[in-house]
Amino acid sequence: MTTRTVWRPMALVAGLALLATACGGTTREDVAQQASASAAAPASSAAADPNAPIKPGLKIAFLPKQVNNPYFTIANGGGIDAAKEFGGEGKEVGPSEASASSQVSYINTLIQQKQDAIVISANDPNAVVPALKQARDAGIKVVSYDSDTAPEGRDLFVNQASAEDLGRTEVQLLAEQIGHKGKIAILSATPNATNQNTWIEFMKDELTKPEYKDMELVKVAYGNDEDQKSFTETQGLLRAYPDLAGIISPTTVGIAAAARYLSDSKYRGKVKLTGLGTPNQLRKFVKDGTIDGFELWSPGDLGYLASYAAAALASGQISGAEGEKFKAGKLGEYTIGAGGEILLGKPTVFTKDNIDDFDF
Amino acid sequence: MPADASRPGTGLFHRWEGLILILLVAVTTWASLGVDGFANSSNVSFLLLDVTEIALMALTMTLVIVAAEIDLSVASTLGLSCAVLGWLWNAGLPIEAIMPICLVAGALCGALNGYLVTRLGLPSLAVTIGTFALYRGLAYVILGDQAVADLPPAYTGLASATLGPIPVMTLLVALLAAGFTAILHFTSLGRAIVALGSNEEAAFFSGIRVKRIRFWLFVASGAMAALASLIFTFRYASARADNGSGLELAVIAAVLLGGVSIFGGRGTLPGVLMAVLLLGVVRNALILADVANEVLNFVTGLLLVASVLAPNLGAVWRRRSSPPLEGKSAS
Repeated sequence: MTTRTVWRPMALVAGLALLATACGGTTREDVAQQASASAAAPASSAAADPNAPIKPGLKIAFLPKQVNNPYFTIANGGGIDAAKEFGGEGKEVGPSEASASSQVSYINTLIQQKQDAIVISANDPNAVVPALKQARDAGIKVVSYDSDTAPEGRDLFVNQASAEDLGRTEVQLLAEQIGHKGKIAILSATPNATNQNTWIEFMKDELTKPEYKDMELVKVAYGNDEDQKSFTETQGLLRAYPDLAGIISPTTVGIAAAARYLSDSKYRGKVKLTGLGTPNQLRKFVKDGTIDGFELWSPGDLGYLASYAAAALASGQISGAEGEKFKAGKLGEYTIGAGGEILLGKPTVFTKDNIDDFDF
Repeated sequence: MPADASRPGTGLFHRWEGLILILLVAVTTWASLGVDGFANSSNVSFLLLDVTEIALMALTMTLVIVAAEIDLSVASTLGLSCAVLGWLWNAGLPIEAIMPICLVAGALCGALNGYLVTRLGLPSLAVTIGTFALYRGLAYVILGDQAVADLPPAYTGLASATLGPIPVMTLLVALLAAGFTAILHFTSLGRAIVALGSNEEAAFFSGIRVKRIRFWLFVASGAMAALASLIFTFRYASARADNGSGLELAVIAAVLLGGVSIFGGRGTLPGVLMAVLLLGVVRNALILADVANEVLNFVTGLLLVASVLAPNLGAVWRRRSSPPLEGKSAS
């Protein structure tokens, strides 16, 4: 009896709310119209002075997707080293779980700490934007790296590798290993994986060049980024094409599964395998001769470049506009591209000669 | 009512709540003096905003745990409600219609929990571990891994708007907190919840509709999780299926630290609200002081263990100092 009295007013409120909505409301289209009406070119406010020196004592905070992740530990280590080089103070802060909203608390505390710049890899490109806008209003420069935020949340994005570079270099890498001759196959993730499909398009385009006239792409197989499925797909590829010369697997799951299969089969060293992978995952296959070389960007350089970009922004060397140039220590000079993007450069190739220099 | 009416209670304040208050004041004072960037209005409003969803869900969780049940599915319900919001928004429905639908969806999630617990007599721990996975899974089925971000600025703005240093949403929390405090501590319904939590059988025989109250507590918990999901979605301007994952532990942590007995029958809302604030202040101050994340989790864990241990140590001590009474059941 008493319980009912509590629920009556709540039912009333719900009813009233439903009633109110019957008379129109805000829909997705309304928002889209408002957004397009108010869309203006982002004002690149202050003019940049390319000759401005990097300010001493800049405080730069690195906010990865999660801390204690080897990839980010190396990336941020590179960034903190860069900060030491230019006389700044770098530090890594962040959540222990890579959830969409957990980074927001950290952004807010970084605003309170009056950092000069935040370098962030976003777990959710949108969820961090309101907080990053506040940071930018407070005069903090924001550079995204690894995973971009929505463009209004940051000044610059340091892109680890362009889709075109990744696609083309993987073909080049395999072509060298098989002497530009023979049947090749691709072991991808899922059939609708956006990244992989873009890379595969560039691979196919690269293969149309005359130097690859003796190479034939016979099949694109999909391992769905599952270890077991990728393993069986590799097995299937070799049953269907016993004379296969090489496999490109542009996914870290796929390349590891394919390597595991090849390493225990009679094809080890005969069928070449390359693609995208991490050194720790593939070290033993590089050492046992299953893989001659594979590639990935260098996370340390990524953090290093992001750190310099942040410092250049905070010192007024650049404002984030397309075409501006700045120097990034040992990596040399970089130019800001369209949409505030800076490209790290060609991916790093890992072979048995250099793999022991990397631990991630 | 149990025999020793002075202890488990309907009263507003007990020794444990006093301790939490002292701790809250002490930590806040320490942070204000010793941590750069803590004591200013933007940090205060951020801190309050950051605990909004936890505080809301802690209100209903307090009632649920006082009634000797538990709801582990709140964060998954929140995620499901976010997914429903994103899905309907993509389908072109007006947001004003979606919001009540989300609340109803949350209430339905709670109703399923309540039905399984009260009608089928299953333990709420098992039921809500199941629905914890079920609702989160359903959220992924509905929205997949996409994020819906083009939400109306009027609402996303309101979710983080402030009046002076006080966020508007904190006023909402305060209003609901006052309502729930009144219900738990000053109404016959509140007394009934405490009674059925401390001794279900006695409550039943004194005419309290045990199952019905429990059922509606689960419904309230689900609806509150949906309300929290609306604030969460607008605050982060992002509706995703994984929104709020892990929040259930923060909520339960705050409720237990606030002096609510995990066995039911004892607890106060002011205590819980202070605990929500205390955990928020500790977290905020430690992050500001650049304390590593692992230490942060360690400190939170320590506070929790202490909160479960301390009242029971008291009970052990009391039991030792006074001779055991014949026939009195340990509550």
